[in-house]
Amino acid sequence: MITELGHFALILAFLIAIVQMVVPLIGAQKRWPGWMAVAEPAAQAQFLFTAFAFGALMWAFISSDFSVRLVVLNSHSAKPMLYKISGTWGNHEGSMLLWVFIVALFGAVASVFGGGLPPSLKARVLAVQGSIGVAFFAFILFTSNPFLRVALPPFDGQDLNPLLQDPGLAFHPPFLYLGYVGLSMTFSFAIAALIEGRVDAAWGRWVRPWTLAAWIFLTIGIALGSWWAYYELGWGGFWFWDPVENASFMPWILATALLHSAVVVEKREALKSWTILLAILAFSFSLTGTFIVRSGLLTSVHAFANDPVRGVFILYILAVFTGGALTLFALRAQSMEAKGVFGLVSRESALVINNVLLAVSCFVVFFGTLWPIVAELVFDRKLSVGPPYFNAAFTPFMVVLGLVLPVGAMLPWKRGKLGRTAWNLRYVFLLAVALGVAAWAMQTGKSALGPVGLFLGSWMVFGTAVDLWSRTGRSGVTGRLARLVRLPRADWGKALAHAGMGVTVFAIAGLTAWEREDIRVAYIGQPFEVGAYTLTLEDVGRSRGPNYFSTMANVRISKAGQLVTMMRPEKREYPVTQMPTTEAAIDYRFLRDLYVVIGDEHDDGGWVMRTYIKPLASWIWGGCLLMAFGGLMSLSDRRYRVAVGARKAKMTGVAAE
Amino acid sequence: MKQFGLRLVLLIGLTVSAIALSGSAWAVQPDEVLEDPALEARARDLSKDLRCLVCRNESIDESNAELARDLRILLRERLVVGDSDGEAIDFIVDRYGEYVLLRPSTNGANWLLWSAGPVMLLMALIMAAAYLRGRANAPKIKEPALNDAEQARLKELLDE
Repeated sequence: MITELGHFALILAFLIAIVQMVVPLIGAQKRWPGWMAVAEPAAQAQFLFTAFAFGALMWAFISSDFSVRLVVLNSHSAKPMLYKISGTWGNHEGSMLLWVFIVALFGAVASVFGGGLPPSLKARVLAVQGSIGVAFFAFILFTSNPFLRVALPPFDGQDLNPLLQDPGLAFHPPFLYLGYVGLSMTFSFAIAALIEGRVDAAWGRWVRPWTLAAWIFLTIGIALGSWWAYYELGWGGFWFWDPVENASFMPWILATALLHSAVVVEKREALKSWTILLAILAFSFSLTGTFIVRSGLLTSVHAFANDPVRGVFILYILAVFTGGALTLFALRAQSMEAKGVFGLVSRESALVINNVLLAVSCFVVFFGTLWPIVAELVFDRKLSVGPPYFNAAFTPFMVVLGLVLPVGAMLPWKRGKLGRTAWNLRYVFLLAVALGVAAWAMQTGKSALGPVGLFLGSWMVFGTAVDLWSRTGRSGVTGRLARLVRLPRADWGKALAHAGMGVTVFAIAGLTAWEREDIRVAYIGQPFEVGAYTLTLEDVGRSRGPNYFSTMANVRISKAGQLVTMMRPEKREYPVTQMPTTEAAIDYRFLRDLYVVIGDEHDDGGWVMRTYIKPLASWIWGGCLLMAFGGLMSLSDRRYRVAVGARKAKMTGVAAE
Repeated sequence: MKQFGLRLVLLIGLTVSAIALSGSAWAVQPDEVLEDPALEARARDLSKDLRCLVCRNESIDESNAELARDLRILLRERLVVGDSDGEAIDFIVDRYGEYVLLRPSTNGANWLLWSAGPVMLLMALIMAAAYLRGRANAPKIKEPALNDAEQARLKELLDE
């Protein structure tokens, strides 16, 4: 019954979204306040009905209702509750429902907090957001309905892919989708502005919080996914340049570029049409990402051909939104002339360079991801583009970006002097070089990766610190410290995000360069050494989990005769899906992780064991968290809160009239 | 014919991997490791650039599939025989097609792939330079006049 109600709610939400798409748009064109005002209640009602539909599906999973097809295919009564809940979006249909739920959520939030927007702009923004909803409601209802029943309910379900039964991956999709779909709001603002034919500093200020929010969610989502791969896949890889990963990475790169160019719009009223274009492209890449993941096109061209309906439907959505938006852009971009005048050496120019590097690096990822398809379709060559390509083609952009960042971040607006800014950073540069040289001297191998990573990372982190310090004026140290605390949160946000980037860059380089690996057959009671550690396999036991069989080893880790820790690497066999998984034992420490995996048993009683010493592993995700936290600081900056306050004052003023 | 052969390999591979999944083997096994550490290091580096044909975007170095294991052993055999890195890779590409290369070659249309980044960067830099030059030399434009609605609102406010 609840399932049917959910189904009806979804259909109702679809119809409301159609109204929300059409009526306010006409209202805004004709200047009819009543028609424009439809947008707000429509957005909120659409959200409530979608939320109900999503809740109904979740209830079907929680109560293990095996008369619902989706639950049969993706759940099992013995599955832990957390994974029953996350099973709601651990499949195609459910994840698309989550997607459209978030579209509706953002629309509703914009309708509540968008009080200060001019009525026509607000109506148009919500109408565009509604149109995105319409497309995806139609997609769900016509090709991927999650509420279908089965005629003969089976006794139990077929279980969720065991790899997905993990807390990291349970929350990875919601964050990622909040990011992907958050960019839909930026897109709606861009389209609305194109229809209005007006982009000014105020527009830049309205768009920025939405972009920031989407960017924060994307950052956390990608970091969670990468951390999951690190601990779950069994050898500690954290980034594979897989098409699905690239699909989430490209919107992130463009959102990063957009954040920076929107600053120029907000402060200097320049780069307007470029910012609009970026907003369109960022969301288009979100759609492309959805298309790539959902159509199975890149996993295999054949998988796509097997079930083309969904893929083609998303391709249409992609074509309509991207094509329509770009056409509109081509028609209207001319009307947005820049106002701000600035010299060749200025913050604005530095931000343009940032955008060039980010946009081109995104293009490289895009080209590499799609090249296998192009090569097969056009040149009849079946080839692969893997991590070696991306590492070679993408990394240089990040290196240059890292080199430019501290200088660009310190350049004054309008007109600066390169020499003066560089002079401020002289000690930081020397420090970074010294650290790099020290790393070079201390390491055993000959790889330049580690030292260069340390140089770049410390250049960014300490450069950012100098930037922050330079904002505190010229008084004594105590006065400057007091000012440091009172600096606008946006300044702190910028500093933290940039430092986070530096930390992540250093960590990736350090981990890649200084990792140690050991593969061997270990025998119970016979210690062996990896790096400075002595490992002893003490025993191996078998047991039963809720929905799997487990083989778990006890490994004693000691260093110089002292016990460091006991580690319990495990492997699991899930009988329902017939899949094995590894549960690596990881000893997380500040400077390094110890990573132990147990493999198969040998005939002579030994066990295959892999041991890795992974320096700086936690720093990779620590840096990402720092970036996300910086975004959060920036989002809570006074100028956005003041904008909300001003809005309220204005509204009461209008009421008093 | 070559296409057909590849398909066949893929088909067999898929069947094998389906079986292999139940009796699992995890990435590089201790019994595969070569005695000579220098040779083993070369093998590890090379196998990071070779794709496991039946997996989703995994190199044979990371993969658990039986086919990847066979390829790892084949690669090591070639190195032990005395092949150079290039010869060993060529040997495998001859048998499995260029699909095994995770680092795409530079021949044929692939130059497009490798030059895409640099060419795009050059174009973007030229465009950015033109834009920045334009901004630096642009005359200051005065604020545009208020539109009708804003004029009306201003009048309203002034009249209050």
